Amino acid sequence: MLNIKNLEAKVDNKHILNGLNLDIKPGEVHAIMGPNGSGKSTLANILSGKNGYKTKGEIKFDGQNLSELSTEERAQKGIFLAFQYPLEIPGVNTNVFLRTSLNSIRKARGEKEIDTLSFLKLVKEKSSELGIDEKFLSRQLNVGFSGGEKKKNEILQMKILQPKLAILDETDSGLDIDALRIVADGVNSYKNKDNAFLIITHYQRLLDYIKPDFIHVLSKGKIVKTGNAELGIELEKTGYTNFI
Amino acid sequence: MKTEDLKNSQEYKYGFTTDVENIRAPKGLNEDTIKFISNIKKEPNWMLEWRLKAFNRLKALKEPNWQKPKYPKINYQDLYYYSAPKSSSEKPTSLDEIDPKILETYKKLGIPLDEQKRLNGIAVDAVFDSVSVATTFKDELTKKGIIFCSISEAIQKHPDLVKKYLGSVIPLSDHYFATLNSAVFTDGSFVYIPPNTRCPMELSTYFRINASETGQFERTLIIADKGSYVSYLEGCTAPMRDENQLHAANVELVALDDAEIKYSTVQNWYPGDENGVGGIYNFVTKRGACRGKNSKISWTQVETGSAITWKYPSCILQGDNSVGEFYSIAITNNHQKADTGTKMIHLGKNTKSKIISKGISAGKADNMYRGLVEVKNKASNSRNYTQCDSLLMGNKCGAHTIPYIKNNNSTSTIEHEATTTKINEEQLYYCNQRGLDQEEAVSLIVNGFCKEVLQQLPMEFAVEAQKLVAISLEGSVG
Repeated sequence: MLNIKNLEAKVDNKHILNGLNLDIKPGEVHAIMGPNGSGKSTLANILSGKNGYKTKGEIKFDGQNLSELSTEERAQKGIFLAFQYPLEIPGVNTNVFLRTSLNSIRKARGEKEIDTLSFLKLVKEKSSELGIDEKFLSRQLNVGFSGGEKKKNEILQMKILQPKLAILDETDSGLDIDALRIVADGVNSYKNKDNAFLIITHYQRLLDYIKPDFIHVLSKGKIVKTGNAELGIELEKTGYTNFI
Repeated sequence: MKTEDLKNSQEYKYGFTTDVENIRAPKGLNEDTIKFISNIKKEPNWMLEWRLKAFNRLKALKEPNWQKPKYPKINYQDLYYYSAPKSSSEKPTSLDEIDPKILETYKKLGIPLDEQKRLNGIAVDAVFDSVSVATTFKDELTKKGIIFCSISEAIQKHPDLVKKYLGSVIPLSDHYFATLNSAVFTDGSFVYIPPNTRCPMELSTYFRINASETGQFERTLIIADKGSYVSYLEGCTAPMRDENQLHAANVELVALDDAEIKYSTVQNWYPGDENGVGGIYNFVTKRGACRGKNSKISWTQVETGSAITWKYPSCILQGDNSVGEFYSIAITNNHQKADTGTKMIHLGKNTKSKIISKGISAGKADNMYRGLVEVKNKASNSRNYTQCDSLLMGNKCGAHTIPYIKNNNSTSTIEHEATTTKINEEQLYYCNQRGLDQEEAVSLIVNGFCKEVLQQLPMEFAVEAQKLVAISLEGSVG
């Protein structure tokens, strides 16, 4: 589904990624761990198409060259990024945002816009799975939300937009144990043989709830070690120093 | 003379002209022109005298010059002050008598004058250049004693009401443009709501400038008698021309005891092209008097058009406990300029006013909020709350806020809040990542920014206005 070959990235002439390789197949869960400044969030931003990076190398998503696609085209093709710091948009209801977003994606796929009733039914179902109060949905998008509410909202968006590849950028940071469990349940219930996850995290904690197929250690812009779920536990004990 | 259409420009969809034969007064501002207007409208003598009095006062007045957007000197002698489609030199008595070309024009604008195609129960008065061409739903309104007609008709049929209220809010020699309007006003709407009557539908006037080298001087007078309520909406468009055209309207509102007037404007005059050539000078005087106790006047404006918008819809809060509100969205793009805001004059006790202004500036445009809140010494326990937010798009535009605050009563309070923000790249990225393209993202963020004002509009127009907001800003973010 996703094939990254020899990816390099620069911001303001500073090298952040230095020849990163990664292959993700449908049905897989990949976790990327690594110390601060190793390039984890940069990878997430480049995959989703954020401006400001100079890149070399190749990224293919379902065989298509990603660099040819705009941010919104990538989203329409099924790449979803759960933001580390979800943005506040004053005056825009969460519901309205969700619906506009869903319809943009449907339109791009040549599908009809969703009607009001079906949309409300869908949102109700998905939000109750995440224990999100319906009142929350008529609030302005992320305005005055707690850290946990913002992260849950990202997962709600993921479940409604149904991406092929979901990238979670430190979704676990700032979550209490209950919220963490809800977020993890959200991911686990969405996971199937056709979609894939790329989970960026600092801590093993989240991986206690979401079992990854692969864990990659990222250091200085390169993957320096790849292993299975055991690797996370080892990292938790010994820290990164053995690998970098 | 430059009157050819700028057909190559695609952005302004109302930019077409209609080819109808016109009757025009000779060019120039003089007594003969005023007599011509008064005569062709078969006005009674008192009206002509009133006009001439205004014209005499005008001679002693100078155009104001304190505003931020400057404009080249207007040659008032080189303008037409009256232009009417020939077919309506006799006021049509039914829609069948209206020139089909004009009906077609309004159809193109999305305003069906044909009552068979009811526009969601909205009564429409259509003003084409200098004359009102049609008013719909008259019979239904008449049953309730509501008068909704052109001001020309009101002058003939309801002279007592017109004499009593015309010029009672905007005095004859208030300032240059208002006085000019008093001398040469051509048409506009008249509304009277009798006591304890709630107007059962939205009243709406649709203004269209069609003829070239013509100023539009409309005059609107709305009176809400004791305990009555009315919601009124005006919309405006004009063809694309490479000349600047002057629109100097006067709007007077009077609310008596316990009455409420809600006045909404969606102004979409031609803004000029992307290089700032052409466009309407929208120099308008709008003022409402909350004359009775517990009365309320609420102005809502969505200003997206015009080369220059220069207006301050105001409330004079005379009656005790009266309430004035001003909700404004002013969008300027390319070379457009706006200097707009409101005046809230607190005279009565326990009077309240609220001002919510949202200015959006893109391209090389300049957007100014200028407002006055004045509490006079007898207006005890009065309150004002003002919030002015500016949104900048790009780095070549400007936003300014100048509040004038005068409080002469120690028991009264005035609050002012202002913010200026730039449209946020991160917000756009977030929206893009959720599948919205750039235009959709801008539209969503800007509509969110304007929400408090948009939700004041009557339902039927809120959706239109949201689209207009998006269209006005198309292409403004790279």
